[in-house]
Amino acid sequence: MAESIIEVQNLIKTFGEVEAVKDISFSVERGERFAFLGPNGAGKSTTIKMLTTLLSPTAGTLRIDGHDPVADPAAVRKSFGIVFQDPSLDDDLTAWENMEFHGVLYGMPTATRRSRIEELLRFVELDDRKNSLVKEFSGGMKRRLEIARGLLHHPKIIFLDEPTLGLDPQTRNHMWQYLEKLNSDEGVTVFFTTHYMDEADRVAERIAVIDHGKIIATGSGAQLKQQTGTHSLEEAFLALTGREIREESAQNRMQAVHRARSR
Amino acid sequence: MTTIYIMWLREMKKFFRNKSRLVGALGQPLLFLLALGYGLGSVFRAAGQGNYIEFLAPGIIGMSIIFGSVFNGMSLIWDRQFGFLKETLVAPVSRINIMFGRTLGGATTAAFQGVVVLAITLFVGFHPTSWGLVIPAVLVMLLIGLLFNAVGLLGGALFSDFQGFQLIMNFVVMPLFFLSGSLFPLQGAPAALQWIARFDPLAYGIDAMRGLLIGSSVYGVWFDFGILAAVAVVFLGLASWAFSRIQV
Repeated sequence: MAESIIEVQNLIKTFGEVEAVKDISFSVERGERFAFLGPNGAGKSTTIKMLTTLLSPTAGTLRIDGHDPVADPAAVRKSFGIVFQDPSLDDDLTAWENMEFHGVLYGMPTATRRSRIEELLRFVELDDRKNSLVKEFSGGMKRRLEIARGLLHHPKIIFLDEPTLGLDPQTRNHMWQYLEKLNSDEGVTVFFTTHYMDEADRVAERIAVIDHGKIIATGSGAQLKQQTGTHSLEEAFLALTGREIREESAQNRMQAVHRARSR
Repeated sequence: MTTIYIMWLREMKKFFRNKSRLVGALGQPLLFLLALGYGLGSVFRAAGQGNYIEFLAPGIIGMSIIFGSVFNGMSLIWDRQFGFLKETLVAPVSRINIMFGRTLGGATTAAFQGVVVLAITLFVGFHPTSWGLVIPAVLVMLLIGLLFNAVGLLGGALFSDFQGFQLIMNFVVMPLFFLSGSLFPLQGAPAALQWIARFDPLAYGIDAMRGLLIGSSVYGVWFDFGILAAVAVVFLGLASWAFSRIQV
């Protein structure tokens, strides 16, 4: 199938005077494993937020599974699952309740919901802690629960914004194995960001590199290495984006500008 | 429907799990009831207004509901700070159902607090004129709760940090509480104050509760009911609208 499930054309997002995303265009094929890479503050999270109806674009067109996130957010919301960069669980509820809450919001029938929650909690090895409050969980456990939750309603696309941050190699491998299986068995499109280049190289079929709000390269890991004349994706990444250390996100930068002005 | 239910259920679970909040929510009304009730009782009587505890009890119930409700609504700010907000923002359900479920949940817990405060007032000398009218009084508590949960949610949707909470508390909730006639009869107040108080929805809530619990209402219970319901609907609409516009 060559039909694109994500289509982005001339997307722009500005916060005040800061241009976080500067006229980017790309598309992701149905069933593809797509990595969206870039240094901190490059515009990755801002782009994901626009794709997932959390932010409205300043200009440009977006299509998620054929729907426009601005005009028809409900249809878009049904089509994806997401693991956010920062925590998004309710700490005062148990693991099971967090899953249950999600399943009900996504309109899953009771029987399917229960069995799938069981299955996913077992997969992320939290089934023995399902009745514990999330606030008692470690960072890694919370992350695993969020991944399970993002997959609960069988989304067509799963967005993962630095999903493996803070996970040990065991969990990381385990997680990617599951996602790759889901991808090959059910054709779920996987859209992820990560700072682990080996992970991106191994998992992604195609990679886009974004820096300073612009997409500066796209292609498979092999193509990017070839294009830059390097031997690893990490080297290719550094060759493309430079070695200067970045700080903060685009949104923080905008807030900093505002603060500086109001002083 | 299921959205409303699950949002309601979440509020229930969070409320009843948090023991310190339960106790804390009762401390303030109790303090007001005892300090003002016993402190000003003799002055009130000397002014020829009768038993102050009788007058004060419905006001203190109203107080516990408005404070609990606005606090609960503003917990949207907590959800934003701790990230859970995003989970509801990307959910493929109508914004109004999310807000209504939350409001209903918050109103239920607020009415529960109101009933507990009512029970406490019985020990300090309050007695309702008719036990049968306590049930419609609880309904009024629920309605006040709905209204001020919606107000709190609107505040929570508009402000993204805890400073906004302080702002709403000091410049909206406190004035509404003091102008509602909870602590003193508005009839004796200056005309200007009385006129402003006509725009305080809590005044109608307190009036309805006085009507039902001690048989003395200024505006009439049905009129109070109508005002509360209408204002609650307006604020629920506003809160949903503000919620749908949240960007993170």
